[in-house]
Amino acid sequence: MNAAYELANIPPQAYRVSEAGPAGKRIVVGYGFWVFLLSDFVMFAALFAAYTVLARATAGGPSGAELFNQAAVAIETACLLLSSFTCGLMSVAADSRRRGAFYAAALVTFMLGAAFLGLEVREFSEMIAAGAGPQRSAFLSAFFALVGCHGAHVAIGLIWLALMMVQVAARGFVANVERRLLCFALFWHALDIVWVWLFTVVYLMGVRA
Amino acid sequence: MSEITYDHAPGDAQANDAPSTVRMHFLGLALAIVLTATSFWTANTSLLWAPGVALGLAVLAIAQMGIHLVFFLHIGSGPDNTNNILALAFGVLIVFLVVAGSAWIMTDLAENMMAGPAMHMPMGH
Repeated sequence: MNAAYELANIPPQAYRVSEAGPAGKRIVVGYGFWVFLLSDFVMFAALFAAYTVLARATAGGPSGAELFNQAAVAIETACLLLSSFTCGLMSVAADSRRRGAFYAAALVTFMLGAAFLGLEVREFSEMIAAGAGPQRSAFLSAFFALVGCHGAHVAIGLIWLALMMVQVAARGFVANVERRLLCFALFWHALDIVWVWLFTVVYLMGVRA
Repeated sequence: MSEITYDHAPGDAQANDAPSTVRMHFLGLALAIVLTATSFWTANTSLLWAPGVALGLAVLAIAQMGIHLVFFLHIGSGPDNTNNILALAFGVLIVFLVVAGSAWIMTDLAENMMAGPAMHMPMGH
């Protein structure tokens, strides 16, 4: 029973991750995209910081309590949360290579995301029509920058999702399409996390203040 | 040597079978709905002590963020997830520094810029 024998008989599961050699491409790509998303969170943090500092700087114009429509925000929240859920189902369908389920989940995700964006555009246009555009006060500039930046992310996500449906249709579930689907799912779920903070800090706290 | 476990990609399901992953997403959705409904109720009720509502909303948002990370993004606490968790922890640190630091500095600045009657410098000298 020498040491070399003992080492040779360690079950494979006991090897540490660092001894397993370089990670696969899916793990490296996923991790890289995860780091990008975290840097995106840092950018949103700067916009959130600007908003919280300027939330009361209404310059005699309308405040959040006067402008925000909670019912519309609740519907937007429901759309985005459900689309995050169907995006999860889409990942499961892609992992198990079920095309029908994948297209169904992707389509529902797209429609819910589009509904969210439509409601947000309507809210923005109503505010601008009522004279509460981004140039009215520092509060409204910060509001449009923060919520608009999230909306722009959702719009980019919708384009990305449409492209992914086309790629799956044209090329099937090949390795690089699967990696892009992994990144898209991360992106979409991350947008929902940003929205959780948005409806909490901007809308719910804004209605109270 | 095929059984060596690699790191875990963020967003990849921990379980390899689809039904348990689907169950996880349903559980996450249910918890997120409960937390969202509680947030909207908290913001609109007059039952709760008003100054504590903002803190309550922040706690609910942190809880919901955790639900999303665990059930939707599959960021777990296993040894194969160490890199993802470490990156997340760094991100949270920077986000906290930016938001809390800005709020702290700007509140302090606003207080110091407030011209009280004794400190008021007459204009137009």
